[in-house]
Amino acid sequence: MSEDVTIADYQYPTQPTWCPGCGDFAILQGLQMAFADLGLKPHESLVVSGIGCGSKLPHYTNVNGFHSIHGRPVAVATGAKLANPDLNVVVTAGDGDSYGIGANHFLHACRRNIGITHIVEDNRVYGLTKGQYSPTSYKGFVTKTSPEGAIEPPLEPLPTALTSGATFLGRAFSGDVKHMKEVIARAMEHEGYSLVDVLQPCVTFNPGRSYDFYNERIYKLGDDYDPTDKQVARKKAEEWGERIPLGVIYERNMPTYEEQVPALEDGPIVKRSLDMEERSGVSYGEIKKDFT
Amino acid sequence: MVTDDMTIVFGGDAGQGIRSTGLGFIKANARSGLFPFGRQDYKSRIRGGHNFFEIRVAREEIYSHTEGIDLLVAITEETVTEHLEEIVAGGGIIYDEGLDVDPEELKDNGVEPYPVPLNRIAMEEGGAKIMANTAAIGAIVGLTGFDLSYIEGIIEENFAVKGDEVVQNNLDVARAGVEYVDSHGYSANYHLEPVPESEERMVINGNQAFALGAVAGGCNFVSAYPMTPSTSILEWITKHSQELSIVTKQPESELAAVNMAIGASHVGARALVTTSGGGFSLMVEALGLAGMTETPLVIAEVSRPGPSTGLPTRTGQGDLMSVVHASQGDFPRIVLTPGTISEAFQAGARSFNLAEKYQTPVITLSDQHLADSIRAVDPGIIDMEGVEIDRGELLTEEELDSLEGTYLRHEFTETGVSPRALPGHENAVYKTTGNEHTEKGDITEDPEIRMKMMDKRAKKAETALENDIESPIAEGPEDAEISLLCWGSTYGAAKEAIERLPEKGVRANLCHLRDAWPFPAEEVTGFLDGAEKTVLVEGNGSGEMKKLISQETGRVVDHEVLKYDGRPFTPDYIVEKVEEVI
Repeated sequence: MSEDVTIADYQYPTQPTWCPGCGDFAILQGLQMAFADLGLKPHESLVVSGIGCGSKLPHYTNVNGFHSIHGRPVAVATGAKLANPDLNVVVTAGDGDSYGIGANHFLHACRRNIGITHIVEDNRVYGLTKGQYSPTSYKGFVTKTSPEGAIEPPLEPLPTALTSGATFLGRAFSGDVKHMKEVIARAMEHEGYSLVDVLQPCVTFNPGRSYDFYNERIYKLGDDYDPTDKQVARKKAEEWGERIPLGVIYERNMPTYEEQVPALEDGPIVKRSLDMEERSGVSYGEIKKDFT
Repeated sequence: MVTDDMTIVFGGDAGQGIRSTGLGFIKANARSGLFPFGRQDYKSRIRGGHNFFEIRVAREEIYSHTEGIDLLVAITEETVTEHLEEIVAGGGIIYDEGLDVDPEELKDNGVEPYPVPLNRIAMEEGGAKIMANTAAIGAIVGLTGFDLSYIEGIIEENFAVKGDEVVQNNLDVARAGVEYVDSHGYSANYHLEPVPESEERMVINGNQAFALGAVAGGCNFVSAYPMTPSTSILEWITKHSQELSIVTKQPESELAAVNMAIGASHVGARALVTTSGGGFSLMVEALGLAGMTETPLVIAEVSRPGPSTGLPTRTGQGDLMSVVHASQGDFPRIVLTPGTISEAFQAGARSFNLAEKYQTPVITLSDQHLADSIRAVDPGIIDMEGVEIDRGELLTEEELDSLEGTYLRHEFTETGVSPRALPGHENAVYKTTGNEHTEKGDITEDPEIRMKMMDKRAKKAETALENDIESPIAEGPEDAEISLLCWGSTYGAAKEAIERLPEKGVRANLCHLRDAWPFPAEEVTGFLDGAEKTVLVEGNGSGEMKKLISQETGRVVDHEVLKYDGRPFTPDYIVEKVEEVI
């Protein structure tokens, strides 16, 4: 823990537009606490978000923020990380962003093991558009666009990520900020792609997934839990119903994508010369010889 | 009359080595001081199906292919039937004697038959049927009087990796091809004589020229999804990415490609996205994001005829309106429309400076014809050493160190361009957003700020037009009866058309738009007002540039010559259509 960074460094004057009781407040706080715990200064991170209630998060904290478009924050974050691996790159986006419109980027980020931390504000409903079912809504969920109840079963983020090759799976609950902070901090420390799926009540549009609903079911994985065993992790990732596990469900160290890119061997490209000859030692004449 | 401007077509099935044979011949021509212009016509398939490689060779620099074939090299019977009618009077066909071709019938059509036992020579001298192509090259050398030593040099280089034996076999086959033609008394009325003491040439296509411009322009990040005919830019840069320290990424989709480039650019990379019309359509939402967040973004849109899959391996200029207007709301962008190797190189080099100077998307709109046509050029026009890198209003480390107060990423300025900090400095922690925002980057819906921000961004287009948009190129006599207007790859054929029109008694000039947006209205208006009769020549079905000119100048171009069959313009075609207009 660093002495010089505190949560106060992350305060920002803009008041969130979230509804009172929204889980996003806790996610914001958990993220700020995790930054402070790791001694990260605000300029050392870039928080990329998509579109939705939770994606406004970068506007409410003192950190570099890129508030992008719906579905694409993982792609934007991947580009940023590839260009400057020195930055701590975090994505904060909802379940629609991450598992719906942007699901393709999510799957490929998992197998790519790109070094970003993907925090999903998983409230299982579309809140900003005022209450439609989402990719993680339960079957039968009645919304404005599913008046007879949602027909599809929900997408299961953790098993999907595990199957897709993710090297870090975390689950947290917005009703327990301290625990969430620990999971987020471990995710940011993880080298490679890390997913933190945060169970988050939407008090306005998803009363069926309330604080009470989760409080009755969640439990924290104990110190004796071994997150490196993939078979055990798969079972835990799939556990959903009467009991829902929280914590670091899976963690395995694998080479990150960026450390395997030959062009990054001599450091971030953004810190190197733009002059091709100066940067590479290859002369223009040599390049042009290809064409004679 | 012996001509030194001739067209040779190699025809065969895909997979028979037509392309590599053609490329080798082009390189040999270029080294001999001649100016080849090569064009491959292929279908969207890997093997099988007729395809051909066309090479026009001249003693002076040429900018276009032309109609009519002087010498056809037929590896298949289909090649003969496909191209027979295109052969000019006095032209001929080199074909394997085993093909079912009637020499008497050819003669009746005014075509010289040159049967050569290509396969037998290949087997006897080289030991493999694939060397029939080499035998054909030998036959061409025999017919045209070209210097075999240039061909030998190419064979030695191309086959070196396969070992001395393969090199020697190919050399033997080529020589046997020459000897066969010589010993059978074949002759032709065209001649390919090397140009003595000529300067060294580069043999290059439009995509490669763009790629060289890009790397000289500081490109250090490419994210692109393969799409014909843009892919060779991605491939060329990727091939050199390790030695040149350029991060290249082929991601899961075009959506990923453009958004990765935006992320990379946001933190300071000079990021390039290559695509074609379909992929560009997928990127449009992100284009708006780059416009709104004022993130530099460079896109190469190498177009092909649409809609949808259209004619995937062919050429067209149907994406002009799309790249100029594709948007949610209004934001400034720059669109370059190169027409030559030199302009393609310049577009690659300029794009990154323009994108950083104006902190907005810069799109180079090229097409399959410019992208794939191979030309010999003076290496001086690929002036990589001369490219200067200008990062515009990017704050340096020292400027950031002495920055005081709150950093305003989207500060209102006179030029519309705000000083830009890259994320990572203690004194400039900031956010930006696709939502409308304040100078600081916070979301706002304040009507007054909204108006000011829209005006600020729009101002950048004005600044760019004043400082960086290149004037159209005007060529030909001022007192012309016919004035052609063109853009992009059509320039080459139009240029030759105005040189040929005087033979038909028509004085013609042209105006070529190499930069299309922000629209150089003043210059185009001047050209139109000074012209007697104007004709827009472009490769699409609705006259997109003609409409754009009306929109931007209030002037209506008199006539249009459009082509949307997927094939590039030829000077012959333009001349013929212009005569109809008169």
